[in-house]
Amino acid sequence: MLNIDSIENGIVIDHITAGRGMRVYELLELHKLDTCVAIIRNARSSKFGKKDIIKIEGITDIDLDVLGFIDDHATVCVIRDGVLAEKKQPQLPQRLVNIVKCKNPRCVTSAEDVDQEFYLCGGEQHRYRCRYCEQLLDDGK
Amino acid sequence: MRHLIDPLDLDREETARLLGLAQRILDRPGDYARRCEGKILATLFFEPSTRTRLSFESAMLRLGGQVLGFSSAQSSSAAKGESVADTIRMISGYADIAAMRHFKEGAPLVASRYSKIPVVNAGDGGHQHPTQTLTDLFMIQRSRGQISGLTIGLCGDLKFGRTVHSLIKALVRYEDVRFVLISPEELRTPGYILKEVLSPSGHPFEEVRRMEEAMPRLDVLYMTRVQRERFFNEEDYVRLKDSYILTPEKLALGKKELAVLHPLPRVNEIHKQVDEDPRALYFEQARGGVFVRMALILALLGLEPHILKEA
Repeated sequence: MLNIDSIENGIVIDHITAGRGMRVYELLELHKLDTCVAIIRNARSSKFGKKDIIKIEGITDIDLDVLGFIDDHATVCVIRDGVLAEKKQPQLPQRLVNIVKCKNPRCVTSAEDVDQEFYLCGGEQHRYRCRYCEQLLDDGK
Repeated sequence: MRHLIDPLDLDREETARLLGLAQRILDRPGDYARRCEGKILATLFFEPSTRTRLSFESAMLRLGGQVLGFSSAQSSSAAKGESVADTIRMISGYADIAAMRHFKEGAPLVASRYSKIPVVNAGDGGHQHPTQTLTDLFMIQRSRGQISGLTIGLCGDLKFGRTVHSLIKALVRYEDVRFVLISPEELRTPGYILKEVLSPSGHPFEEVRRMEEAMPRLDVLYMTRVQRERFFNEEDYVRLKDSYILTPEKLALGKKELAVLHPLPRVNEIHKQVDEDPRALYFEQARGGVFVRMALILALLGLEPHILKEA
């Protein structure tokens, strides 16, 4: 078993579906942090067999909409003074703003400086459409 | 202030009131001939569309108003790199209402967010064309007396044809509408329309390949053009463009009171001999589009109260 130091103050994103850890890292823009960040891929999970985990030192707040969009099964554990202070469960967001980009070359977002907006479509869960051109989001999740 | 960007921006009651107003204007045009005196419509056509632009301009002129605008991106400041947001901010000072056609999907929505005047989407790429949908509903209602309870056949390019997609979305709001989707395999209705619009609506629908098979049970036949510009491949276009041509022989299989509609322009999907048949209503449908746009201009400018709800 690989050991990663426990954190005093920060966030542990646990139960990330195995293989989605890097996507969470990218969309939460964790590369911009200058604090310690650890990604653990394919950790053993009694529930799912394997999972990804991200530990972030020094921050206690992340964008739950981003996390909910990528993986609403993940759990966010906020650690303060070395103890679990709070547990949060991200929800699938109704709207995504400036998280992902529309890939439709005919969409106005390809030419105009506007927010990238998607809305959760009714009927089929986990599917989003561009607010402008209604193209289905294919984020390769 | 209200805009019309998506055909579903108007709810069913608002649509009914708007179509009722269009009918009153059609019946007594003289009563409305000066209602827009002193008002200006801007037709902002970043993509050429003579028919739609003239229809909007005719509507405003028939209301006693005036029009200004441009008919291609080259003749607008977009050629200099101006954004849609800045264009509409400027036009807001020049006109009282704007009709915008744009090659980028969603551009009229962007415009509406920055505009100080009502914006009407006059077609955005392959996306939406709400005044066409209202025009289609108006002709269905005029020809059949109602929209509910009808069997509606949609024929031709059901894959790329935006008018069809918008019309289906509008029609599922009426009771007991049955859909017959007539197209070649390659131009079938997109899966998302079937799964996200038709199936949840509970309205019966079927997909058929032969027009003759569907014809006897239709109350309305909505024909569409197989558009060259929607194809990436010329060979596919040539192979499919003649797939579904309405001829007098095929029309003979239809009901006596069938209404044949088409958003126009027609290429060859309706044989010219069909034009003489009283069931061929597509030119009357296009004429009706002017009255629908007149009603819309009056409603959006607030000159005809109680048509639209407050934003």
